[in-house]
Amino acid sequence: MRRIPELFARMAGDEKHEWAAASTIDVLWVLYDRVLNVTPATADDPGRDRFLLSKGHGPMAYYAVLAEKGFIDESTLDGWTSWDSPLGQHPDRVLVPGVEISSGSLGHGLPIAVGTALGQRIGGSAGRTFVLVGDGELDEGSNHEAIAVAARLGVANLTAVVVDNDSAMYGWPGGIARRFAVEGWQTAEVDGRDHEALFAALTAPHDRPHAVIAKIERGD
Amino acid sequence: MTTMRQAFVRTVNEELDRDPRVAVVTAVISSNEFPQEHERVIDVGIREQTMVGVAGGLALTGLRPVVHSYAPFLVERPYEQIKLDIGHQDVGAVFVSIGGSYDDPVWGRTHQSPGDVALFDTLPGWTVHVPGHADEVTPLLRQALKDDNRVYIRLSLHENAQAHPVGEGFTELRHGKRGVVVAVGPMLDRVLKAVESENADLTVLYAATVRPFDSDGLRKAVEETDHADIMVVEPYLEGTSAHLVSVAMQQIPHRLRCVGVKRHAELRNYGTAEDHDAAHDLDVVGLGGAVRSFFRG
Repeated sequence: MRRIPELFARMAGDEKHEWAAASTIDVLWVLYDRVLNVTPATADDPGRDRFLLSKGHGPMAYYAVLAEKGFIDESTLDGWTSWDSPLGQHPDRVLVPGVEISSGSLGHGLPIAVGTALGQRIGGSAGRTFVLVGDGELDEGSNHEAIAVAARLGVANLTAVVVDNDSAMYGWPGGIARRFAVEGWQTAEVDGRDHEALFAALTAPHDRPHAVIAKIERGD
Repeated sequence: MTTMRQAFVRTVNEELDRDPRVAVVTAVISSNEFPQEHERVIDVGIREQTMVGVAGGLALTGLRPVVHSYAPFLVERPYEQIKLDIGHQDVGAVFVSIGGSYDDPVWGRTHQSPGDVALFDTLPGWTVHVPGHADEVTPLLRQALKDDNRVYIRLSLHENAQAHPVGEGFTELRHGKRGVVVAVGPMLDRVLKAVESENADLTVLYAATVRPFDSDGLRKAVEETDHADIMVVEPYLEGTSAHLVSVAMQQIPHRLRCVGVKRHAELRNYGTAEDHDAAHDLDVVGLGGAVRSFFRG
């Protein structure tokens, strides 16, 4: 993660600390550095793990990690959001190698993730699907359709990571984990900045869909 | 007699066994027609947004999802999912609806979808089939399942007396000199009756596939008439294909009359499909009137 600030600066200009404010940076780093079984060489392998960024807003952290891991050339970061840059304020899977879904509109990633996880299972793939959603994004009803369906269909190769920085309009009384648990998901709540805790949660065995709630201090 | 829906179910079940790419995603409607124990048959409950999202995910893993529901719940409710989870992901799927525009009017406006094809027209890359007979469903569907593209197949309870060849653009079923009528899917028989009852000297083209629109076929038919007068009769919103006729005919001065489900008001009536056809002038009497007034002189 040493080079993340430098890569961030290529998009954000000179603001040295902006990278640290990204709520998703630690989750993304732990996933790509230690959890996901995918590399630029296996980006099209049917057996790969798939990471779906549902919360497509604020993708600098995502692009920085993809650059550091070699999915995209880091010089690509310089012109981001310009006319002929493949990198926009919301990622497009057609334009960016390694990006599994085009996202931006909230509430689409989790239902798609249920489909990719089912597709992996049908194809006899050992691959798993990880999807990152925001706690504010959970307001979208489509997520609740998918939360219910994933558990009923026993989609055990699916992990939803909810980055919870307390940004949902009316909050989630009782906590987000309970929403998933009541539908039959395995759940874990961890400090979203603690790499060891994230790693342990993201690699915990589960025989049903797994929700990892990554808590981030408000304002982060 | 086999209905279009029965032909659809039978063909999909046959292809499920033959083709390991084929998957079925439903939201309760018709789910009992597919083998629920099959690993590629997925019912998501009454959750249409997730139905389309799951289909997009399956397609991303290389499967060929068939997505099916009653037309308004397949197309209108999860419209953004169709736009983003299928189109924007650059994957394909086969969407198959029943019920449109008003197959069962006793259920009221909630179960009507005259705008479905117009909605697909807002999205790039969709093929749209509107078969007019059960025997047209199987070849269209088989081809769709083989391909990787985005396909919408609109099934209806209303059919023509006989099937016509499909998959090769518009088919000329009647040749005349006064102008051209394009009859889409289940509209064909009543268009032919109306033209005959008016003794009108018209070419009638049959379209079971409306997207892509057979511009060449239309132009060719128009060139063989004495008047570039075109009437398009569609079983969904009137004028849905008008923009494509305009493009096809942009070098030829022409007149166009669009007939279809009227746009000006929401009918708060129940009754039968025939009642609604009459209200929209989509019965033989109404179509005869349109033919008489438009192809005058």
